Amino acid sequence: MSVDTEPIRGEPIRGGTFRPRRSIVVTAVIGVAFLIAVACFMTYDLRGSLSYALELRARKVAAMTLVGVGLSVATVLFHTVSGNRILTPALMGFDALYILLQTVAAYLFGTFAFLRIDVRVRFLGELAVMMLFALFLNHIFLRRTRGDVVLLMLAGVVMSGMFRAIGNLVARLIDPNEFVALQDRLFASFSSVDEQLLGASAVCVAVALVVVWRMRYQLDAVALGHDHASSLGVDVDRVTRVSMALVAVLVAVPTALVGAITFLGLLASNGVYLATRTFRHRSTVPAAALAGATILIAAQFVIEEFFAFNTRASMVLAFFGGIAFIALLLKEQRR
Amino acid sequence: MTSRIPRTIAIILAGSAMAVAGLTMQTLTRNRFVAPDTAGTLDAATLGLVLGAMYVPSAPIYLRMVIAVVFALAGTGLFLLLLQRLQFRDIVVVPLMGLMLGAVFNAASVFLAYREGLLQTLVTWISGDFSGTLRGRYELLYVVAALTILTYWFAERFTIAGIGRDFAVNLGLDHGRTVLIGMGLVASSSAVVVVVVGEIPLLGLVVPNIVTLALGDRLRRVLPVAAVAGAILLLLADIGSRTVRHPYEVPVGVVLGVVGGFAFLAIVLRSRGRVG
Repeated sequence: MSVDTEPIRGEPIRGGTFRPRRSIVVTAVIGVAFLIAVACFMTYDLRGSLSYALELRARKVAAMTLVGVGLSVATVLFHTVSGNRILTPALMGFDALYILLQTVAAYLFGTFAFLRIDVRVRFLGELAVMMLFALFLNHIFLRRTRGDVVLLMLAGVVMSGMFRAIGNLVARLIDPNEFVALQDRLFASFSSVDEQLLGASAVCVAVALVVVWRMRYQLDAVALGHDHASSLGVDVDRVTRVSMALVAVLVAVPTALVGAITFLGLLASNGVYLATRTFRHRSTVPAAALAGATILIAAQFVIEEFFAFNTRASMVLAFFGGIAFIALLLKEQRR
Repeated sequence: MTSRIPRTIAIILAGSAMAVAGLTMQTLTRNRFVAPDTAGTLDAATLGLVLGAMYVPSAPIYLRMVIAVVFALAGTGLFLLLLQRLQFRDIVVVPLMGLMLGAVFNAASVFLAYREGLLQTLVTWISGDFSGTLRGRYELLYVVAALTILTYWFAERFTIAGIGRDFAVNLGLDHGRTVLIGMGLVASSSAVVVVVVGEIPLLGLVVPNIVTLALGDRLRRVLPVAAVAGAILLLLADIGSRTVRHPYEVPVGVVLGVVGGFAFLAIVLRSRGRVG
């Protein structure tokens, strides 16, 4: 079904002359930026064995693309379902849950034994728990607090704090030597991505993206609010449920692959809303996906080449993401 | 005794200070969800601590305290400045902005600490912990006691300022200055707590909410109760942190994070509809 959700400030239609939609132009620009970022990342300062370096970099680019796409699309979905543009899955505790999960597993099985478990088994386990959490979140909060963003946000912040505290508690119980090995997994890192996992992750994200794409018109309707969407014949509860499951996949896969990156989705999605001036998912989803990947690759490029690896992409993103977030809040308010 | 008496005093002082800080901030910003943790104050103080450790590593603790206080004041000032630019002070937006501001400060701290290889130390500093409070290391907290008493002294003015700008001005109160004094006092005292014991999460948020729910908003009446309640809660948490894994200790911040988190979530979910 197709629902008309033309934004309030649509483009003026000029008699007869063809004018590409703003969102298409924006997506094209982001696409070009993405290609430039990839090209820079792949070729800058290339030395030594060409094939080895290229392969290494290609793998990193693939991982970053996957992560950027996954987190950004997840954020767009979450915005639609929760009915606001500021909350992100990360702020709702998904990141902290991942860290808690890793820590608890390491405590139960011992870090080294845990790290030796077949990556695919571990991956599936992590995915399963994250999915459960998403469904729980959907059940308890999205439904009981419908429309009440205050509660949702507070619950999310408090829950992340709690997950972090419990993780901290468990971390104290782990042997310090093992903890160092564990800590390495908790910060996002693209240097050591498992090739098998990369393939599996790509498949997961691709499947999720297909589902999102097929739901794009229903999501447009849901963005209008519960009542409007219902009267248009959309099963809002079902769409919400499916969306939350998709969010879980799209957050869990990148996080399980490389670790937590908090602000990427927020930056990408809000940048895209501002630039495309539309909330139609057929425009925002592809644009946000590309934007997420571009931001991540560009940030990593700058860090590797100009900061000599002396920092991590997630920290830089947290810094600028936080500032962007505050700017966004102020701007929203002034409307 | 050399360990337990200082420890108990430190807990009482820190607990009451954090509760009073939260209460005062909530009154002055007219928002139930503002506390040193959600206004960026604690993270700013931590940033000051990191910078102090990097550039003046041999400085005595007094100097470090001064640096942390300056940063906490600056951070809280920035928060207030941003707050002024918000036209509609939606109840969610204010703490959300404070949390983000805190996240930015925190990212800066982690970034600096990571470059200097101080990350491990940073984690130890900022997790609230009383196991190291012996004689000679906690006395700075008396500064906090003085600041808390001063807050009590100004309590009536803060209540009036909290009713609203126009009302306060009508009564002949310099609203801007009163807010600055109040926020300055509580920012300083929470910065000192960060320096001496570390970050104590959620206390400043939970205790004032419970106390004002029961007793109303008049600061002079509520403030002592909040102070006592904060002290009691922190004492209980500390006992918990010492017994949960006996011979060893778990930082009290962790215990509070877990217990306080559950408590807060329960309160919020039960009082929904009334919140805001």
